[in-house]
Amino acid sequence: MGMTITEKILAVHSGRKEVSPGELINAKVDLILANDITAPIAIKEFKKIGARDVFDKERIVFVPDHFTPAKDIKAAEQCKMLRDFSKEYQISNYFEVGRAGIEHVLLPEEGIVVPGDLVIGADSHTCTYGALGAFATGVGSTDVASAMATGECWFKVPESMKFIYYGKVNKWVGGKDLILFTIGDIGVDGALYRAMEFDGETIRGLSMHGRLTICNMAIEAGGKNGIIIPDQITESYVKERAKRKYTFYSSNKDANYVDIREYDCSKIPLTVSCPHLPSNIRPAAELFEVSIDQVVIGSCTNGHLEDLKEAAKVIKGRKVNPNVRMIVIPATQKIYREAMKKGLLDIFIEAEAVVSTPTCGPCLGGHMGILSKGERAIATTNRNFIGRMGHTESEVYLSNPAVAAASAVLGRIGTPEELGL
Amino acid sequence: MRKMLIKGKVWRFGNNIDTDIIIPAKYLNTSDPKELAMHVMEGVDSNFYQKIKTGDIIVAGKNFGCGSSREHAPIAIKASGIQTVIAKSFARIFYRNAFNIGLPIFESSEASEKIKENDEIEIDADKGIIRNLTRKEIYKANPIPKFMQELIKAGGLVEWTRKRLKKKR
Repeated sequence: MGMTITEKILAVHSGRKEVSPGELINAKVDLILANDITAPIAIKEFKKIGARDVFDKERIVFVPDHFTPAKDIKAAEQCKMLRDFSKEYQISNYFEVGRAGIEHVLLPEEGIVVPGDLVIGADSHTCTYGALGAFATGVGSTDVASAMATGECWFKVPESMKFIYYGKVNKWVGGKDLILFTIGDIGVDGALYRAMEFDGETIRGLSMHGRLTICNMAIEAGGKNGIIIPDQITESYVKERAKRKYTFYSSNKDANYVDIREYDCSKIPLTVSCPHLPSNIRPAAELFEVSIDQVVIGSCTNGHLEDLKEAAKVIKGRKVNPNVRMIVIPATQKIYREAMKKGLLDIFIEAEAVVSTPTCGPCLGGHMGILSKGERAIATTNRNFIGRMGHTESEVYLSNPAVAAASAVLGRIGTPEELGL
Repeated sequence: MRKMLIKGKVWRFGNNIDTDIIIPAKYLNTSDPKELAMHVMEGVDSNFYQKIKTGDIIVAGKNFGCGSSREHAPIAIKASGIQTVIAKSFARIFYRNAFNIGLPIFESSEASEKIKENDEIEIDADKGIIRNLTRKEIYKANPIPKFMQELIKAGGLVEWTRKRLKKKR
């Protein structure tokens, strides 16, 4: 029996010829990631293990991105733990404020994660890196602590599901719509414990930022990892960035999938997830009666340069509705600078939006745009759980950047078409 | 393995109880278990911590612990005195986090469907049996994989790793 790309990467990293779903394995990890929320617990637990040193100083990445620039004293103390630990153990991949950004956009951008890697991160959206053809999955802080000491982590080999996308996407429809539509189809536990392999002609024609968005939200369907078989688009993205050698794996034709689903992309509309689950989808065009107070464009899901370009295209020459606050957050310093050079920031500021330094900030209700009781936001983020962006009686709708920008102008949920675009 | 009998009073929750409900992100600027415990389940019940007693049990529907990887979620539950969680299914990061920190949890569709709030239940972890003492019913729990039993026996992943590293030296 052939293997899927996920099974192959797990087999190679556990020193086996093959693995099959359900097996418990111990595998070597290429990269370990944690942030200012999860690393403090990992550091405390690591010290309890009593290891003499970390397994590899170059394979541990700390990115303080959630509550940074430190939003309060407690957050500052957490950040300090990462900084101090990185100095003590000479962790080479510590990314300070001003030299960083949101972890899941930063790591691919810097070529720190490469195709064929096995990556664990104490952040659920670690699954993003599957877009490069890596096996990447979110774990807890204790997993990170143990792996920092041993370079290994335990896994149950997941069953794989295949999602095949074909047909031409509609205008303004992007990776975000495809993944929201998919989560709406299978539900928030539709891929529980499973690998989600995204395939088909539409995916093969999709640029890297769209692929990153899709894999980023695999966790929102309960997936262990999202993954796309690397190709020419992957190659051209990684070749100038990769800090290490990389390997392209692919799935065998006779590999086993527990489920195969096909989507005709020409039938996927601009899609919005309504409160309070990402699976609660509706076509954006049907939500014209939903007024909004805030728009957030950014996050590890949609904070890429291309996402900002898309939003700028919609908002250019227009103003944010007087009843709305619009917050734009480029995901990394590089993206921030590029957006500045290309005049995108000027377009946003001219439209009366605020542009923030890179941070996860409002996505998880941390800072930089918290909602009060009764307020409603449309955001390009990844979760719309109860209280996700602030008060437990506030609401979050999820969309792509173009829909979010159009909604900012309209003062209610709407589409770029309504603005004649 | 020492015999594991867990007995307590039940608090009921529904499907898809996410980690933002279990411990809202605004409290993630600390990792102190006692402080986290005070806000456990605050996303759906702002007084939950005041209501519970040490030894109580949470029973929920499917996909318990979905969302973030924050270990603060099982830590808050454990530190609040809740002994265990029974659900129809668990989100996978929550599942591994719970065992990694030494909080045993149980999957059982039957128990999830039939147990009501305030029921008194008893779990025989070795046999994978849940007894509803209030309703005089017995449910089966999915067996805990051998490796996870080993983790619980060791007292969590950190202890397990510490012993393993010691052996290697």
